[in-house]
Amino acid sequence: MADMTHAADRRDLAWWVDRAMQVLVLAGGLSAIVFIAGIFVFITREGAGFVFDRLDFREFFFSPRWTPTSSHNPTYGALALIAGTASVTGLAMVVSVPFSLGAAIYIGEFATGRVRETLKVLVELLAAIPSVVWGFIGLSIMNPLIIQVFDVPVGLNVLNSGIILGLMAAPIMTTIAEDALKAVPDTYREAAEAMGATRWQVTFRVVLPAARNGLVAATLLGVGRGFGETMAVLMASGHSINLPTSPFDSVRALTATIAAELGETAAGSDHYQALFTLGIFLFLVTFAINFAADVFVRGGRRKYRRRGRRPAASANP
Amino acid sequence: MFEATAQNRRNRRVEGLFRLLFLWMTCMLILPVALILGVLIVRGGPAISWEFLFTQPINNMTAGGILPALVGTVWLVVVALIASVPVGVAAALYLSEYAPDNRLTRAINLAIINLAGVPSIVHALFGLGAFVIFFRFGTSILAASLTLAIMTLPVVIVATRESLQTVPLAFREACWNMGATRWQTIRKVVLPNSVSGILTGVILEVSRTAGETAPIMFTGAAFFLPFLPQGVLDQTMAMSLHLFVISTQVPDVPEHMPFGVALVLISMVLAMNGISIAFRVYLRGRKKW
Repeated sequence: MADMTHAADRRDLAWWVDRAMQVLVLAGGLSAIVFIAGIFVFITREGAGFVFDRLDFREFFFSPRWTPTSSHNPTYGALALIAGTASVTGLAMVVSVPFSLGAAIYIGEFATGRVRETLKVLVELLAAIPSVVWGFIGLSIMNPLIIQVFDVPVGLNVLNSGIILGLMAAPIMTTIAEDALKAVPDTYREAAEAMGATRWQVTFRVVLPAARNGLVAATLLGVGRGFGETMAVLMASGHSINLPTSPFDSVRALTATIAAELGETAAGSDHYQALFTLGIFLFLVTFAINFAADVFVRGGRRKYRRRGRRPAASANP
Repeated sequence: MFEATAQNRRNRRVEGLFRLLFLWMTCMLILPVALILGVLIVRGGPAISWEFLFTQPINNMTAGGILPALVGTVWLVVVALIASVPVGVAAALYLSEYAPDNRLTRAINLAIINLAGVPSIVHALFGLGAFVIFFRFGTSILAASLTLAIMTLPVVIVATRESLQTVPLAFREACWNMGATRWQTIRKVVLPNSVSGILTGVILEVSRTAGETAPIMFTGAAFFLPFLPQGVLDQTMAMSLHLFVISTQVPDVPEHMPFGVALVLISMVLAMNGISIAFRVYLRGRKKW
């Protein structure tokens, strides 16, 4: 008995190293939480003065007048900026959701072998193009193209940045949607095929409904991407404060406003703090979008687990 | 024995149509980008020369080369990697090797998703508030790189975690049964078997870091600075910001220059990604289990 207790109580150097490393990697894991909390704390710290003293919620959300540099009566209405972001993101989603889901279905359900691998790699490469390059494309290639095709005076508008943003958000949506399709157990497909269903019948009647949660998550992440995109929107949207009434109107986005104006403000001024307030707003909205997407992904996964399908053996539960 | 009925034939036709439709949709995502790349090469290609890559910009950036921007991007990427790779690998080790399925782990995962999802300009605000102002690093390579490091941390974590999880549980069990501690197992068995996968993640992070613009705008990158940085507390030019500046902020830049910068930037990024992907495919082919 005494010997066994001794054997279990192994406190040699290896044990202590093990302990130390366990604490270290835990610290690494916790750092993600620390950083995300830190982001919120520090942007709130810089913006707090404005939020508590100066911010008029009615003006912020319902007035389209963003004139922070006006010397006698600066106003901080973010409605036009929110409308700018919403219109660009909305158009981007209209353009890219159908195509992304279509591409995910083709890659996940129709393509096989080498074609499938090649397409996946290409989609991954699309995701790698930096946003400033997209912005430059909007500025120098799309702009003259839109002026020529639609015969409008300015090509930097909702249409331009919507298309650019759609192309930017497509890879992440395609990848996540394809993951969601892949997570549907093959037994579902086999059961449907055994009933005599064709491939597209299997896809539409069985796989898509089963993957619904994941597809919603993919779309949400696409929206989040569009909402938070900065450089491309700054360069391709025309950057004029406007409540858009047509796709050919120039608009200005929340993100672009911060990027364009922050360099010219004095630290601590109302204008500076107002820009941080826009940042807090962006942070909260994207946090909500990501949280919702996570809930959908999780909901989708739990469904299969309940039905007895477990992921391949791994140390991670 | 089995004859196709009208129903069968119609099904097959519909199936063919859908197949084509989805293929077309896939191509519509890829082809425009291929076209754009073509335009960049045609219009930016003539700008690129040794002189363009390795001399200072002159005449208010309307002529000359891009050397300080290239060197600055290398500085930013290297410092960001030094900061984020150890933290990212530790986090991935925790999630893959230690974490129980509890609320804390869920919170960590959610935090990682959000680090990746927070708009880049919000990361910029954070970097300004935290590193430039609160920690008094000033606008410097250090502040910009730390901002980039936190922003791209999820890339390392996700790639490392995936790579760790490809090591079969049986390997670990065999090691534990020999009396090894958890850390000994990780050090001698898990990490050696996944290090190349981690490397692909790091290469991917290099590509992400090199292309980011918004996070460095207010934290350390300068519009125009005709010197090479001497240390991490200097400001620097960067390729991504340079493209933004000469295509929107500077008048009278000859057209081929921004195209040249865009081409160099996108070549760097795609080359890094290509290496990472090729490496991954090679590793998958070589895998023994």
